[in-house]
Amino acid sequence: MFHSSFLDRHLKILFPLPALIFIALLMIFPVLYTFGLSFTNWNLTSGMPLSFAGLRNYTRVLAEPRFLDALGRTFYFTIFAVLFEVVLGVAIALILNRAFFGKNLAKLLLLLPLVATPVAVGIVFNLFYDPTIGLVNFVLKSFGLPQGHWISHADSVLPSLIIVDVWQWTPMITLIVLAGLAGLSEEPVEAARVDGASEWQILWHVTIPMVMPVILTATILRLIDALKTYDIIYAMTGGGPGYASETLNIMGFKYSFEYFRMGQSSVILVALFLIVFLCSLGIMKLRASSEV
Amino acid sequence: MKKKLVVTALLALSSLCFSANALAQGKEIRVMLANHPYGELLKNAIPEFEKSTGVKVNFESLQESQLVQKLTTEFSTKSSSVDVFMTRPLQDGKLFQKNGWYDTLSSYDFSDYPKSVMGVAEVDGKPFLVPLVTEWEVLYYRKDLFEKAGIKVPTNFTEFEEAAKKLNSDEVAGIASRGKGAASVTQLSSYVYSYGGRYLEQGKAAFDTPQAVDAIRYYGKLLGNYGPKGVTSMSWENIIPVFQAGKVAMWTDASVFYGQLVDPTKTQIPAENVGIANFPAGPHSSTPCLPVAWGLAIAQQSKNKELATQFLNWATSKELAKRGMLASITMSRNSAWQDPEVIAKVHPGLVETRAFAAKNGYPTDRPYMSAVGEARDLIGEIVIESINTKGQSPNLDKMAKERAAKVDELLKEAGEYGK
Repeated sequence: MFHSSFLDRHLKILFPLPALIFIALLMIFPVLYTFGLSFTNWNLTSGMPLSFAGLRNYTRVLAEPRFLDALGRTFYFTIFAVLFEVVLGVAIALILNRAFFGKNLAKLLLLLPLVATPVAVGIVFNLFYDPTIGLVNFVLKSFGLPQGHWISHADSVLPSLIIVDVWQWTPMITLIVLAGLAGLSEEPVEAARVDGASEWQILWHVTIPMVMPVILTATILRLIDALKTYDIIYAMTGGGPGYASETLNIMGFKYSFEYFRMGQSSVILVALFLIVFLCSLGIMKLRASSEV
Repeated sequence: MKKKLVVTALLALSSLCFSANALAQGKEIRVMLANHPYGELLKNAIPEFEKSTGVKVNFESLQESQLVQKLTTEFSTKSSSVDVFMTRPLQDGKLFQKNGWYDTLSSYDFSDYPKSVMGVAEVDGKPFLVPLVTEWEVLYYRKDLFEKAGIKVPTNFTEFEEAAKKLNSDEVAGIASRGKGAASVTQLSSYVYSYGGRYLEQGKAAFDTPQAVDAIRYYGKLLGNYGPKGVTSMSWENIIPVFQAGKVAMWTDASVFYGQLVDPTKTQIPAENVGIANFPAGPHSSTPCLPVAWGLAIAQQSKNKELATQFLNWATSKELAKRGMLASITMSRNSAWQDPEVIAKVHPGLVETRAFAAKNGYPTDRPYMSAVGEARDLIGEIVIESINTKGQSPNLDKMAKERAAKVDELLKEAGEYGK
């Protein structure tokens, strides 16, 4: 009797408890720990014990040109990748939302990039992009077009990586927006049609505003992921040539597992965490205001 | 009440951890292997060891950077249950040794190992790892293209550059070598040594000497003028497919790749067209690098040292070294190269170039220091500048001075400066 009443009284704590413990152990603790490490001089190459370093890591890392470059690249990569993904993703979703022959096949094909492993995608695209034996330059050459250096030149490496990211993640936006479109009621569209609106007007003034909250949700998800992109970049260029494709995440990895400067690496990761956090907050605000 | 619940949950979790510890008390060891041909060989041979000793071997096989990442995390958080592990003496040796992660191997018999390889296996006369695989820099070349061009295999840097120039065309790159920043450092080393330079000398950065900078300039001139497109983003894994597709006439890299270049299932070039030669002589000397690529070590915190030693002795035995040789892995043991069965099977080009490297080579192929990762990136920056400007950049000297100062800084931070 006691048991059931105890359970009854505490259901609202008991049920989410496993999830809370999970989040506390695997998400909150590592973030706080990293934050703590960012104030220490932990450096494995020195063989010295860990000690408090105050803000020294922050002043050193934040002033480093390499950090500022990586910060810029992180935004460059994210903004362009997400922009193309959202525009293309929404456009494809609008096309797929109409009935046409072979629609299911098209949907299935679209899903394929999404289920591929990023590292495998990276390796395959590396071969495509190879300037000497790669498929991309071979095709360009056979059409008599100029050939590119792709990921092997500092000027073209980020756009080339963005193309891969767009190839892989546009379908995710499409899928989410497609689900949003399927949930819309037909009435406002029909009403607009009765009032004599053109297809373009219906699209711009009825359909898109109605799916806007869904588009923004998809954008948040993609944005957070794109800011943290690691696998594709690491597998394809490792941040190179030189440091030309080094984003904050890659730099953080190098600082910890190649330079063994754990304290300074933590500073980079704390910075990345704050950026992701603030960007998500911003877009969530935007989404709340678009929901009317 | 809330507190009680949390405490109960934590207790439940911690009891799980204890029971996992208790399980590990049996006759078993944990071994970490690299995704390297020798790691594969051990993986397949482990059942034999288990059968003859009754020891259960729990092994994990990881790609090399993941292996280091995992070992570093486990050892530095003092949570490791690893007993024996594969390790890269030149890349990780100093760091691991300094942090006390290697156990001292005082009873191991090292008499079968060349003196030159022991330099990276011991400190103050105390050995801490057993060398497994030795590599050396060689020149791979396309016999058919040399014949067609009517030239001989280069034996010095002047001939080398002429050959690269002559063999270079729109279709085929005259010469390939790693150009990807940090990755290039190990291959550049033979060029630097043959120019009379060193990366470090007496614990101080020495790659800003005129000899070393000349070597970097020469490397950039070769690759910038006659290298494959996009060479500054190429490491060995990018060069191999290009060579196999027949788009490269010469390639300087480690001896370990020979097997892949003549494997008919992987290459479009008939094996008889692929040649292997000694690294050409520089203006100063003929000094290819001769590094120990992999070794095997016992973890300092291992609780099963006896079983771990038993495994280490077996895994580094003459018998397994011979098996490695027969699988085209260039083992460190001397006796492995004297076995008649091995000599009959191994490619004579490998035997010859090894003998040459063993006589003239230098045992490290990178700055031998704890912060080697960062030092390689710094040297890599100069290499990329040199390749991008075809060796013409007026900044090379200045860059080398600045980077050398930074490496000195790293050595000081690590307490290795001047040692």
